[in-house]
Amino acid sequence: MSSKKSDELLIDHNHDGVDRRGFLKCMAWAGTGALCVMQGGVLKSFSLSRLSELDPAAAKGELHFVQISDSHMGFNKPANTDVAGTLKAAVDKIKALPKAPEFLLHTGDISHLSKPEEFDAVDQILKDTGKEVFFVPGEHDVLNDDGAQFRDRYGKGSQGAGWRSFDKNGVHFIGLVNVMNLKAGGLGTLGAEQLEWLEKDLQSRSKSTPVVVYAHIPLWSVYPEWGWGTDDATQALAYLKSFGSVTVLNGHIHQIMQKVEGNVTFHTAASTAFPQPTPGSADSPGPMKVPAEQLRKVLGITDVNFVRGQNALAVVDSSLA
Amino acid sequence: MKIILRFSLLALLAFAAFGASSATEKANAASAVPAPSPMDVKIDNFSFGPQSITVSAGTKITWKNRDDIPHTVVSTDGIFKSRVLDTDESFSFTFDKPGTYPYFCSVHPKMTGTVVVQ
Repeated sequence: MSSKKSDELLIDHNHDGVDRRGFLKCMAWAGTGALCVMQGGVLKSFSLSRLSELDPAAAKGELHFVQISDSHMGFNKPANTDVAGTLKAAVDKIKALPKAPEFLLHTGDISHLSKPEEFDAVDQILKDTGKEVFFVPGEHDVLNDDGAQFRDRYGKGSQGAGWRSFDKNGVHFIGLVNVMNLKAGGLGTLGAEQLEWLEKDLQSRSKSTPVVVYAHIPLWSVYPEWGWGTDDATQALAYLKSFGSVTVLNGHIHQIMQKVEGNVTFHTAASTAFPQPTPGSADSPGPMKVPAEQLRKVLGITDVNFVRGQNALAVVDSSLA
Repeated sequence: MKIILRFSLLALLAFAAFGASSATEKANAASAVPAPSPMDVKIDNFSFGPQSITVSAGTKITWKNRDDIPHTVVSTDGIFKSRVLDTDESFSFTFDKPGTYPYFCSVHPKMTGTVVVQ
């Protein structure tokens, strides 16, 4: 990389994997989805709501795909009474991209209550993109039936609870499921069977293969007090340690955060439905009500700096008021 | 002879009716005394309130979800399990046997609670 682009991280002043300027950029991401561009094996993401500010050259890369998350179809509480409308707005932004993405990733909570009509509505809206969509379930997609409906609809070609891997343009994608069999008092869980599959899946890959892992609940400890982490993610990340470039894409927390740790870059995406409070800033992680005219702007734009042990997590307490 | 027989039958019927009503009264009296009043647990702000509740055996507990997000009430030991509860939906379970019953929300497992039955 000869020159630093505006959305790259610069110097890691606090040894927390995130520089201040990079973080301000990160916080400036607002909107309903992220455009991910793979350049030289390094994944970069851009907010869909700031496309007009994006240098078209920066959006060019070896592979384009879009991540959307947490559409919560069926949610109709004050935080957003038109989640279909905001999902459609996300689709409009995807369609307006200067270069069409090759496919979409949906990182879960497709539906709010796992109802067939909710999944139907999302499928109908996303069909308008004309793109293939790879889904992993959120906890809202596997209510009452242990995910049977999710696997029926979106699990073709997947294994176990819906995990899978596939290759696109030399990039290895791995969709993980961490919302099943949750234990009292615990966080997200991958489980022994899935971890074993992951280890085998990675064994046959060259260490220079760029890897993108996507799952609903963050694979890093964003805020365990609110369940924002995955109990056995450490094991999964250990299998990924020897790879040169690893990007982890998650949803669940309805706000954009970024953290870089060694070879691994973690991103969480904004929701297309409603914002959730920054870690610890409210009594609970419930939906956050904002003035109607601000709703589309505030999805995922505020972060809190949460320091855990020696590793400061890439979470800054700030907002784009 | 016919008259006497009829009288006897009436007497028998009357006795049977009296005996039956007496038994019913006894049964009512037996259940009215120890029947504990039902108790409520609120689901609010991703927590159960009260988080720990102590009741006497036979108490019916009702959980009502007051959050904008769905929750469940699931016994850690597999003794009771609600379906997903959307906003304002509720789930009830009657605790007949003394013991300690830990439970959690299977959607948000950080949400835990305990029912102690004495």
